[in-house]
Amino acid sequence: MNASVQAKAIVLKGRKVVGGCAEGEALVTRQTISGWGGVDATTGTIIETRHELRGQSFKDKVLVFPGAKGSSGWSGVFHVARLAGVAPRAMIFNEMTTKVALGAVVVRAPAITDLGRNPLEVIETGDWVRVDADRGIVEIVKRR
Amino acid sequence: MQLTDAERAMLDGREGRARQKAMELLVRYAQALGAERFVDTTNVAGVPGSTSAFLQRYYQGGGYEVIFSRFDLDSDEVVDVPRVSVHSCQLQGGIDPENWQTLGATPAALAWTQASEQGSAGRGIEILKTCTPYLVGNVPRRGEHCAWMESSAVVYCNSVLGARTNTEGRESTSAAMLTGKIPDWGLHRDEYRFGSHRIHVDVSVDSVMDWGMLGYFVGEAVGERIPVLTGALAPPDVIRHKHFGAAAASSGGVEMYHLVGMTPEADTLEQAFGPRKPEATLHYGAAERRRTYDTLNGRGRSPHVDYVMLGCPHAALEQIEEACRLLEGRHISANCNLWIFTSRSVRALADRQGLTAIIRKAGGHLLTDTCSAIGQAVPPGTKVVALDSAKQAHYLPAMMGLEAWFGSTRECIRAALTGRWSGEAP
Repeated sequence: MNASVQAKAIVLKGRKVVGGCAEGEALVTRQTISGWGGVDATTGTIIETRHELRGQSFKDKVLVFPGAKGSSGWSGVFHVARLAGVAPRAMIFNEMTTKVALGAVVVRAPAITDLGRNPLEVIETGDWVRVDADRGIVEIVKRR
Repeated sequence: MQLTDAERAMLDGREGRARQKAMELLVRYAQALGAERFVDTTNVAGVPGSTSAFLQRYYQGGGYEVIFSRFDLDSDEVVDVPRVSVHSCQLQGGIDPENWQTLGATPAALAWTQASEQGSAGRGIEILKTCTPYLVGNVPRRGEHCAWMESSAVVYCNSVLGARTNTEGRESTSAAMLTGKIPDWGLHRDEYRFGSHRIHVDVSVDSVMDWGMLGYFVGEAVGERIPVLTGALAPPDVIRHKHFGAAAASSGGVEMYHLVGMTPEADTLEQAFGPRKPEATLHYGAAERRRTYDTLNGRGRSPHVDYVMLGCPHAALEQIEEACRLLEGRHISANCNLWIFTSRSVRALADRQGLTAIIRKAGGHLLTDTCSAIGQAVPPGTKVVALDSAKQAHYLPAMMGLEAWFGSTRECIRAALTGRWSGEAP
């Protein structure tokens, strides 16, 4: 990022779930995500019937979501998504559960939770987000 | 985090490479959760070493140890996989090995499924092949620390049996089978088992269908939290608990519920909430029930039903008997298929009881190991399915692109016999 962009960045602090750094375009949902039965693991597309992201893929996105729900196959689906090359670049979420923790571990992408402000109120789809999970820092550059 | 000497020994590789890789994964997982220690688990239910067309391609046909090492343990190297250390079982899989052609499976898929099953059996894992281990002899004692997958079994284990498990995943259960360890977090700890929301039930909830709808409503209402139900509820039987919990775990992420006066950690309302205050009190009345019914039938358009699927979660013997009473001496419509899913153990009982033959004579199939959602298998040409499970109604239409009707077992069997949906809102 150049200096002018950095100047406009919003910075949030949180807790590392899985270490590492990554950046990308945000894909934000206010609805929890089902892994098994809610995501096509080979394309990263949300398929749950009434989900607001239905038809959209999280491939190469920074996925910002409240948390995980549904089947215990959550980690397995996100694990396959990693192998298929369609996993998110990073994950930011609010509610810690065993599903999302194990899923984040096997996706092996930086993941962060417990942010100082609700990321769902700060980050919008299309914003550019940089996640430094080791330092617990999320930098957001608004798209507009 | 704090590790015991035994845990440290495994992590250092003194118990072999596989247990080292398993502990490495469990430590990564515990740190992600923010857990401070592990708890000893004595009952693990997962899907170790199971495979799929994708994994077969990805690992280029690598055998049990390749898949167990690289996928289950998320290890970059392949290790020798020893016998499991604690009581472990295999949950549902993708194919009924005796009826694989009915399910449309390929001989290759049958071969790799059986190889995986042999790999697990040879390592001391009980091949129960069901989402309902608690119906076929795996009944943890109250307070036992378990590491279970399968959200419908998890919620049953915590709520009905009073045993303790989080919703584990494939990788954590496989690692727990080798180590007997799982993060001491969430529902393993007293303070996480108290209720968060009160749900007061204002309408009568009686049939299995009623309990399924109530569960679906509760899951949507509380998400991953812990509901405490009050009101004029008659104590549900095992089957009603099974359908209630499965639905609540699908529409939300409910891993534990309390029915005041009925479930083991809720003798009273005060005990159910412990030191916590209810965050909200919600009501389930006629309007909520109707809304839930309409949601579950939201993907139904055509009345021409070409497939009826029962057995989600896997049917108990009693449910197969009920289906047989409705089917006996009749034949299902030429335009419709009927598949009923259960465990191998219950299927063996149904065989001896003459029930399998009744279903076959009526034109249906009693199948094991899987279901249409897990196995992603429906009869060829299926467009409209009828279901008596709120959980299956949640998943199957989205996964397979089908229209779906939800109703009672009786309405579903009637649809199978006539080829038409005639279910009615309660």
